[in-house]
Amino acid sequence: MQDSAAAEFEMAEYWYIKPGLEEQVKDFFAQKKEPEVVLQLDIPEKDFNIAGKGSSELKNLLKRLGVNSEVLRRIAVASYEAEINVAAHSRGGKMCSNVYDNLIYMQFRDNGPGIDDIEQAMIPGFSTADDLVRELGFGAGLGLPNIQKNSDALHITSALGNSTLVEIIICFT
Amino acid sequence: MTLQDIVELLEAEVLYEGADLSKEVPCAFSSDLISDILMCTKESTLLLTGLTNNQVIRLADMIDLIGIVFVRGKKPMQDVIEMGKERGLPMIATNMTLYRSSGILYNAGLRSCRI
Repeated sequence: MQDSAAAEFEMAEYWYIKPGLEEQVKDFFAQKKEPEVVLQLDIPEKDFNIAGKGSSELKNLLKRLGVNSEVLRRIAVASYEAEINVAAHSRGGKMCSNVYDNLIYMQFRDNGPGIDDIEQAMIPGFSTADDLVRELGFGAGLGLPNIQKNSDALHITSALGNSTLVEIIICFT
Repeated sequence: MTLQDIVELLEAEVLYEGADLSKEVPCAFSSDLISDILMCTKESTLLLTGLTNNQVIRLADMIDLIGIVFVRGKKPMQDVIEMGKERGLPMIATNMTLYRSSGILYNAGLRSCRI
């Protein structure tokens, strides 16, 4: 995985790999294959007119590529939750989706301020969402748990005061 | 049960002309929290909600919503209605509460979606 940490920040890290897929995930990072399709989009801070558009685009692209509908739903939900997280909780960022023949690897990188305690953020119901975000129907504290539930692998690296990187792998079969 | 039946049961208003109300509705889910809706909806589902912002339409891009019932007399702004119309997503609005609307549909035989 990428090493984006500046030395002065204390990095927090979280790993989840669906049992049985450890080898496949390890191979993916070892092989460093070139993706077949790349989709990169900006996620502006607190712009809920735009938020979610990237995940819609990604879903349409994968639908055209013939990805199975159940897998498609899992990718769309994980991507949308991650995209909303960047819009709602950070100073904005980028999403980059790399499509391979057998899986999708998505990166969501924001411009800070970082997650203090990732384990806490993973607890269903824990949320730091502000009133604006809650009024829109977000802030249930289920964003990260929902991403994990739909992912085959999830890697979060963050440091308070620095950016957060959320990496998601979902296999097509 | 079709969407037309639901319009009658909930004394609802159809939010744009030409919405396809002939669709058979297999099941429903009620919530005002977006993550709940994403987590609990794995099949073609009718959504009952008090959320009226554009993100409720974005939801329909991610999961398979058969239509949306806006409750408690809430109606989305015109631009949100347009977003739904572009997607061919039927949208209706009722003055009833979320609890009452859900109860009426449940009693009429509409099951809860699989979670």
